[in-house]
Amino acid sequence: MSEPPGAAVSLAPAPPAEETPEPSSAPRTARLAEAERPGDDTAPRPLAAQRVLPLRRPGRWIATAIVLVLVAQIVHGLVTNPFYQWDRFQYWFLRPTILDGLFITLEVTAYSAVLGLLGGILIALGRLSRSPVLRVVSWTYTWLFRSVPLIVVLLFLYNFSALYRTLSIGVPFGPAFFTFDESRLATDIVVAVVGLSLNEAAYASEVVRSGILAVDQGQHEAASALGLPKRYQFRKIVFPQALRSITPNYVNLLINLIKSTSLVFYVSLLDLFGSAQSMGSTYPGDIVPLLLVATIWYLILTSAVSVVQFYVERYFSRGATRTLPPTPLQKLRTGLRDLRARARREAAI
Amino acid sequence: MTTETAESTGTTEDTTEVRPAAVEVHDVHKWYGAHRVLDGVELTVRPGEVTVILGPSGSGKSTLLRVINHLEKPEVGYVSVNGELIGVRRHGEGRETGVLPAKRRGRLKELSERAILGQRSRIGFVFQNFNLFPHLTALDNVAAAPVATGKLTKPEAQELARQLLGRVGLADKAGAYPRQLSGGQQQRVAIARALALRPGVILFDEPTSALDPELVGEVLAVIKDLATSGTTLIIVTHEIGFAREVADQVVFLDEGRIVEQGPPTEVLDHPKHERTRDFLSKVL
Repeated sequence: MSEPPGAAVSLAPAPPAEETPEPSSAPRTARLAEAERPGDDTAPRPLAAQRVLPLRRPGRWIATAIVLVLVAQIVHGLVTNPFYQWDRFQYWFLRPTILDGLFITLEVTAYSAVLGLLGGILIALGRLSRSPVLRVVSWTYTWLFRSVPLIVVLLFLYNFSALYRTLSIGVPFGPAFFTFDESRLATDIVVAVVGLSLNEAAYASEVVRSGILAVDQGQHEAASALGLPKRYQFRKIVFPQALRSITPNYVNLLINLIKSTSLVFYVSLLDLFGSAQSMGSTYPGDIVPLLLVATIWYLILTSAVSVVQFYVERYFSRGATRTLPPTPLQKLRTGLRDLRARARREAAI
Repeated sequence: MTTETAESTGTTEDTTEVRPAAVEVHDVHKWYGAHRVLDGVELTVRPGEVTVILGPSGSGKSTLLRVINHLEKPEVGYVSVNGELIGVRRHGEGRETGVLPAKRRGRLKELSERAILGQRSRIGFVFQNFNLFPHLTALDNVAAAPVATGKLTKPEAQELARQLLGRVGLADKAGAYPRQLSGGQQQRVAIARALALRPGVILFDEPTSALDPELVGEVLAVIKDLATSGTTLIIVTHEIGFAREVADQVVFLDEGRIVEQGPPTEVLDHPKHERTRDFLSKVL
């Protein structure tokens, strides 16, 4: 019976056949001395010098291999299939028409994201208000705009000037001080931003509300026991803590918003998708590469948002975790350091 | 205790005492729905005195503290701190009363939220679960309130915060976030935070109940230091030994009523009431 290296760990009584029966309670020094005897291969190495053999996981290796093959197939198909026309993709990728569309997408997204979040905060505060009227009105708003498809909202707004010819600021039901001509005010981009913001605010309000509710009741109590002014309580105590749980959910909304801007094509605004689409109808042979151009740009935008998300979340986790999560660069550095240390250890053994 | 004190507000049986009571709780009743939590509580705390409130869980101890700084509104009765009514004012008080119809004059009127917050900033409160602001450092936790209430500028508040953290023995933890501190350290920061507003009275709601036994001592030492420095304290606690050491007055509360009150030697060592004796035999 050959002695496996791990046998010294075993607490079972040694079989009598063995030459040097060694009770596990034997002094450590004796064992160490024995292990260092030259030429004695069968003697177990001292525990301290041993590395635990990692458990083999063949299933994991097989699954990894299968996935790698599938990924390789997909990549190969993308590159070699002439249907994708990568040369045309290259031609279109940085064309001014596409970049103009990209700019519109960014512009509409930025305005709607800010207005949507501000609106969402107001509606969330309304939902959490003690006034039943404010509660019902904000609930109704959320209910309405979550129920109506965005495209319907946009088309409604597009035809808004037919419903209300002028907008005015003044005494409710009384005289007006300022009057705007609807058709001049409601440019395509205004219609798009207003529509997207209305929709975004409905969803953002629920995200903000859940964030505020997630803040411990004790925080509200401590803030009011200290006599902090109401506004200060919200701005400096409750909201910063709520942002921690609001951020991931709001980024979800934001990414959805970036993609929803493709609907503004229907209110005759040429965003990224719109310009790809209109170029596609002018050059029908290039539809697939144009769709690819739009896809890649959307991927880039989403990736940029995800990077920002990481750092924003890291910022808001101050105090919530004992140590901040490492940045990718820090992760890489510690990973390399660990690898080097491991290599050194193995060389030493 | 006696009904005569109700008529002459601000004075106690002790007629030689001229200063108003630091805290006066008069005939306070409080319900949570159909459940009666406080049932006609009368309590007077003189300035500089330490009052310890004892009682089984659910006896209304915490509610009584929360009524004093108006985190809870009493249904009946009133509370005054240093002669000032909490959460309410007499109608017409502090302004021209001539225009007010006579029958409405002197009636109690609810204070604005702003005014109540102002009153709370003069009453310190220390919570069982510390309730430090987790996104602020220890220093900012202490410095926040004086700045927010406009009492001090930011540098002044930070200087004061540093002093107070030193006083509770945490000068080296100014930059730490609450989660990086032990429970005892967090509670000491919370006490420093309450002190930052220079309150006339500090209320402690079971300040050591959420702590590991070995951390209780450091928090009690800080409270004892406050007690000897002449701050008016009202402490809800289960630490009987501590009560005997620092209390000028011990109040035993059961089912929303004060069963017994007096100096610790009386209430703790020679309780008159059956209920008090029963409770003390269980916690000692």
